[in-house]
Amino acid sequence: MSRFQEKGARFLLTLPPAAYLLLFFLLPGLMMLLASFRFPGDYGGLAPWYYLEEGSLTFDLTLENWARLFESTLYLQLLLKSLLFALLTTAVCALLAYPLALTIAASPKRHRELLILLVILPFWSNFLVRIYAWMIIFSPQGALTEGLNQITALLGLEPVNLMFSSVAVITCLVYVHLPFMVLPLYANLEKHDPALLDAAQDLGASRAQRFWKVTWPLSLPGLYAGAVLVFIPTLGIFAIPDLLGGTNGIMIGNVIKQQFVESRDWPFGSVLSLVLTGITLLLVVIAGRLGRTPGALT
Amino acid sequence: MLEIRNVSRRFGDFQALNEVSLQVQAGEFFTLLGPSGCGKTTLLRSIAGFDTPDSGDILLDGKSLIALPPEKRPVHTVFQSYALFPHMTVADNIAFPLRLSGVGKTEIERRVHEVLDDVRLPDKARHYPEELSGGQRQRIAIARALVNRPRLLLLDEPLSALDAKLREQMQIELINLQKEVGITFVYVTHDQGEALALSHRIAVMNKGEVSQIDEPSQLYSSPKNRFVADFIGQCNLIEGKVVSSGTATTRIAIEGLGELSVQSNPAIDFTPGDDCALTLRPEKIRLAKNVAPTSDEVHFPGTVHDMLYLGDVTVYIIEVNRDGTPVLIEALLANSAPGRARLLDTGDAVEICWPHDAGHLVR
Repeated sequence: MSRFQEKGARFLLTLPPAAYLLLFFLLPGLMMLLASFRFPGDYGGLAPWYYLEEGSLTFDLTLENWARLFESTLYLQLLLKSLLFALLTTAVCALLAYPLALTIAASPKRHRELLILLVILPFWSNFLVRIYAWMIIFSPQGALTEGLNQITALLGLEPVNLMFSSVAVITCLVYVHLPFMVLPLYANLEKHDPALLDAAQDLGASRAQRFWKVTWPLSLPGLYAGAVLVFIPTLGIFAIPDLLGGTNGIMIGNVIKQQFVESRDWPFGSVLSLVLTGITLLLVVIAGRLGRTPGALT
Repeated sequence: MLEIRNVSRRFGDFQALNEVSLQVQAGEFFTLLGPSGCGKTTLLRSIAGFDTPDSGDILLDGKSLIALPPEKRPVHTVFQSYALFPHMTVADNIAFPLRLSGVGKTEIERRVHEVLDDVRLPDKARHYPEELSGGQRQRIAIARALVNRPRLLLLDEPLSALDAKLREQMQIELINLQKEVGITFVYVTHDQGEALALSHRIAVMNKGEVSQIDEPSQLYSSPKNRFVADFIGQCNLIEGKVVSSGTATTRIAIEGLGELSVQSNPAIDFTPGDDCALTLRPEKIRLAKNVAPTSDEVHFPGTVHDMLYLGDVTVYIIEVNRDGTPVLIEALLANSAPGRARLLDTGDAVEICWPHDAGHLVR
C-alpha cells in the first residue's frame, strides 16, 4: 500500500467514529452552549436568539443565565455536594469491588463465568424496579428500620429514619454502580501473570508486600477505569435521589432535570449541564493521565 | 550442599516424583533433564518452596528447607517467562529483593550497577521490561535473581523462549556467569543438547525417577539404560538376547544380525538368556561402499534405506537384512570434503562396521 493510500484508508477508518462524535456529542454540546446564552421561551423551551426585522439582524442573547450560577451559593453547594456523593459512592464501590474482583480472578476458571454472571445479574431487572425494592427496604415499617430502631431504643437513642436520607441515596448509588467497578477491575486482575507473584515471593516478598508492590500498582488502570464508570453516571443521576433522597438527598442532577421539566428554564438547565460536563471531562482527563502507568495492563 | 532425600510427590493419580534422592555440590552447575512430565519442574518448585513434597526432605547446607515458605528460602528462581515486573524499570526490578531485605540506598545502587555489568547490560537501568528484547529480559531476570547473592539459583527452562542463535550465545554467557559468581546453579531443561553444553553434572529424570546422574560425557558414552541412551543424543537401540557373558566381552544374539561380541558392561550382571539392548552411537559406525574391517570390528553389508541431509553431516539409515528380518541402523557421514554430500544414494549397496567396544550394553 502506498503512503497516499495508507493515509486515505486511515481517514476512512476514522470517519465513522468522528462523525458519531460530531453528531451526538459536539453538535448537541454546541446547541447547549448556545442555549445557555438564550432566554427561556414564554411557555418553556427557548426564545428565538435572533430577529430578522426589515432586513436588519438583531441577536437576543444574555449572560444572565451564567450570572445566576454565582448569584447564590446554592447551586455551587449542590454541585459540591453531588461531587462529594459521587466521590463517596466511587470510594465505597472500590472498597467493595476490589476484594470481590480479586476473589473472582483468583477462583478456578470454571467458576469465574458464573461469578461474573452473578455480578451482572441485577441488570436483568429494571433499574426503577430495583430502586423501588430499596424503597421497601428503607421504609419506616421495613424490617431494616424496625430492627435498627430496636437497637437504638435499647441504647436509649433517638429512632432513625433511613428513608429520604443521604444514607439511602448513597447506599442505592453504590448498589446500582457496583458492577461497573467490579467488571473493569476483574478484567484487569484476571490478566495478571501469576508468575509475577511467584517471582515476588521467591525474591522475598511477604503476602502483603506482594499485594502492595505487584498486584496493586498493576491494577490501578482497572481501578481508574472503574472509578470513571461509577463517578460519571453518579454525578449526574437524578432518579435515585428523586425517589430515595427527599429534600436532603437531592443532587445536581435533580436540579437540572427540574430546570428542563418543572421550571421550564432550559437556558439555566443548559448552564448547569455544561458545568457538570466540564467537571466530568476534566476528571476523565486526570484519570486518563493517572492510568497511563508504563507497563501497566489496561 | 543441596541434598534431596527420598522426595515423593503425587498429584491425584499422577506420581510426579517417586523417591528422588540426589546431591548437588557447592558451586556446581547441575541440570535436571527429562521430557515433559518427568518431574523435573515439580522438583525445582519443591526446592524453591512453591510445592511441598508428600514425603522426603530437602536440605541446604544440612538444614531442612521444607518448613520454610518460598520468601524465607535463600534460593532464587529464574522463571521461564522471566516474570519481570512490567511496572518497574530494570533498576527497580533488580533492586526489588534488595529493598525487601532492607539494604541501604547507596548500596542498592552500587549492587544494581554491579550486577548489570555482570550481565553486560549496564545502560539499560532506566528502561522498562517491555522495551527490551527477549535475550535482554532473560539477562535482567538472571540479574534480579542473582543480586541478593542466593545460596542457590534455580533456572526453569530459561532459554526456551529464545531463538536458536541467541540460545547458543546465552549458553556461553551462562557458563561464564556461573563461573564468575560462583553460585550453585540448578538448571531445568528438556533440551539434552543444552544440558550437555552447560552442566557439570546432569540428572536424567523419567516418570518421576532419576534414571542416571553423571557428567555429560559419561552420560553420553555410558548410558545406564535404554531411556538415557535414547534421550541423550541420537542412538541406535538394537534389541537382543545374551548368549554368554564374560568379564571383558559378552556375546549377544540379535535377530537379523546374528551373534556378535560386544564389550561387557561391568555395572550390569547379565546371565545367558537375558533381554538386552546394544546402544550404538551413529558416529561410531564406519560407513562406505567398501570398508575394510580390522580384526576387532564387526561388519555387515546393507543398503541405504533413507538419508537426511543436515548440512554438516548426512544421516543414513542403513538396512541390514541377513536372514529375512530387516534391521535399520543409523550412521553418519560428515560432509567435510567436497562431494561427500552425495556420496551415497538411496538403494546403494554399502557396508557398515564398528569396533567391538563401540557399543554399550544396557538392560
